Amino acid sequence: MAFRPHLRRGMSIYLDHNATAVPLPAAADAAAAWLRRPANPSSVHGAGRAARAAVERARRQVAAAIGGRPSGVVFTSGATEALHLALGRVPRGAHVVASAVEHPAVFGACAARGVELTRVPVDGSGCIDVAAVAAAVRPDTGLVAVMAAQNELGNVYPIAEIARAVAPVPLLCDAVQAVGKIAIDVTTLGAAMVALSGHKIGAPSGVGALYIAPGEPVEPNIIGGAQERGRRGGTENVPGIIGLGVAAEHVEQRLRAMAGVAERRQRLREALAGLPEWVEHGRSALPNTLAGRVDGIDGDILLAAMDREGVHLSSGAACAAGGIEPSPVLLALGLAPAAARGGLRFSLGPETTDEDIERVGEVFVAAARRALAVKAGARARSH
Amino acid sequence: MRVMVAMSGGVDSSVAAGLMLEAGHEVVGVTMKLRDTTAEERAGRSASCCSPDDLMDARRVCDTLGIAHYVVDYRELFRQTVIEPFAADYLAGRTPNPCVRCNDHVKFAPLIERADMLGIDTVVTGHYARLDTDASGRRRLRAAVDAHKDQSYFLFGLDQSILKRVMFPLGGMDKDAVRAAAHTLGLPVADKPDSEDICFVPDGNYARVVEQTVAEVPSAGPIEHIDGRTLGEHGGVHRFTVGQRKGLGVATGERLYVIGVDAPRGAVTVGPRAALRAGGLRASGCNWIAGAPPPPGQRAQIRIRYRHRGVAGEVMADGERALMRFDAPQIAVAPGQAAVVYDGDVVLGGGWIERALAAPPVEGPRTEAAS
Repeated sequence: MAFRPHLRRGMSIYLDHNATAVPLPAAADAAAAWLRRPANPSSVHGAGRAARAAVERARRQVAAAIGGRPSGVVFTSGATEALHLALGRVPRGAHVVASAVEHPAVFGACAARGVELTRVPVDGSGCIDVAAVAAAVRPDTGLVAVMAAQNELGNVYPIAEIARAVAPVPLLCDAVQAVGKIAIDVTTLGAAMVALSGHKIGAPSGVGALYIAPGEPVEPNIIGGAQERGRRGGTENVPGIIGLGVAAEHVEQRLRAMAGVAERRQRLREALAGLPEWVEHGRSALPNTLAGRVDGIDGDILLAAMDREGVHLSSGAACAAGGIEPSPVLLALGLAPAAARGGLRFSLGPETTDEDIERVGEVFVAAARRALAVKAGARARSH
Repeated sequence: MRVMVAMSGGVDSSVAAGLMLEAGHEVVGVTMKLRDTTAEERAGRSASCCSPDDLMDARRVCDTLGIAHYVVDYRELFRQTVIEPFAADYLAGRTPNPCVRCNDHVKFAPLIERADMLGIDTVVTGHYARLDTDASGRRRLRAAVDAHKDQSYFLFGLDQSILKRVMFPLGGMDKDAVRAAAHTLGLPVADKPDSEDICFVPDGNYARVVEQTVAEVPSAGPIEHIDGRTLGEHGGVHRFTVGQRKGLGVATGERLYVIGVDAPRGAVTVGPRAALRAGGLRASGCNWIAGAPPPPGQRAQIRIRYRHRGVAGEVMADGERALMRFDAPQIAVAPGQAAVVYDGDVVLGGGWIERALAAPPVEGPRTEAAS
């Protein structure tokens, strides 16, 4: 196995793979090699040709990882840009349907483009009703956006079914959390566009891609040179793209590791079940994700308590600076703000060991019990 | 020792964190998010304590020191226990002290509870005040060595259970030493200016904060001279505070001060400076740091506002209430402010001013100098 626990220093245990995966050494090495070379794929000379060949190889590797055609792959600075690029085809003033639990990049891109947005709610366990998505489509709907797997919950959505239900309206699928965790094949997915991110599968951060199915239009939103066949201006991030290619090549290996990851996640779930106050959020179908809360205790307290023990978790999405707003995803489940503030996410990776899980279970339950005891004591004093 | 440092992003709390780390303690930084960002702050036109810049400064300091930094959301608690009572005090014709309330309700007890949840022993702040332990094992709160920076006034409401859990590493330092330490520690905020304003009133316009907080803004009412004349009309009692001279909007040729605010009637009373003289005060909501009130007739220095130097007098405490008499009359004893009682540099405790007591009459004609 090529994966090595690079992030583990001393006793620290990294269970925040949905925020960013442990960098894949092979991807890091490949990217690093290209940091040391002049590499502009638009140059006609030998150095340029070499860079172009390497980028095109990466394009084939990425396409292969998701069953697509290389010509459909547009490299971007990451999934956020890929989602913005995808929204570019929607005319200003048109209508977009999105699940209520999409990544903020989708909502941000809609707001930036001035499109009218319908958010299709999810139920209390984070599931989407396909019929509700279809019912939200109007004659002027230009795009439907539903993610393949929810980053904070691990729920997996029936993309192929949704694509059929909303056809002929094109479907944008944010597959950032799905790639490398569950099999993604764009030929059966039915999405017009699929966004993916490098650093969630072990590539360096700062690189991602939008896959565009054959025949689907695309409107560039970074206008400059003719790079990426006119679909994305700007000199390519060659080291990042090379790293992404290598990481894509390892996706299959990653998927094979997921059976073990799922077993460890199950063991963690059993350990947390010993805590009566633990409430699981969503219905995770990703093998690596376990979300929930310790009822009555804010997530940031347990996050800090675990951080002090060298265990790295998330209280939801990592993006919110300081992370003090209750997660919009948990609010979308119908949780009260106070409960949503309790949100915590364990996300395992191929590097996670049995020993990690054993220790995390013990440390977490102890930290939660201490916090609950302090809270009970404080309540007793104030009455 | 494991310590949690409350970090505002300013130089004082940053140095406090650095000193604790240098002393070999295990340190984590915590920044309390107390309020939402104002439009001015988002536009970068105004910055005060707890702005997003301050939060990022605190994070940068922690990164520089190599310690963990967490943000805690106390916006709701701060609104309920500090901002709303602040507005309610103005509506009631009182002059609030939100910094004391913040220490009483936000900064200490909730952070200690959080520390308990994290298995951390001690909460550290950048306050300029000193703590020690007396012969009987009780904690004593004392004024800081740097009299100009001393913040012990704001801390009179803390009790033994809190004081046993906190440390003020800056109490023995003056501001220059703190700045020098910030430079030695290489802190990115070493040259950041001090913030002197109330954090949620960055421009000093407290009337606007009151108007934004309360459901019903007080209406206009009369401005009355203590001699019985009605001099004009004012725009709401929340715009006035006892002792105020500017912005009265009346011109009589006489230099006038706000003597009292009668909120139920909506009237503001004005008069000459001599009418502001008070011989003492009644206080309520008292806290006595030792856990029991001082003996009746306790001689003490009494400070009636933050920048007040203190006046000698005696204190008659009765549970949560106290009567304090000054040896010399004081100007502008404002209901709502804190009266804090010192024995030398030791804070005995204090309470909230309910009302001023009349001063003995002045003998002979006398000209008041402008303050």
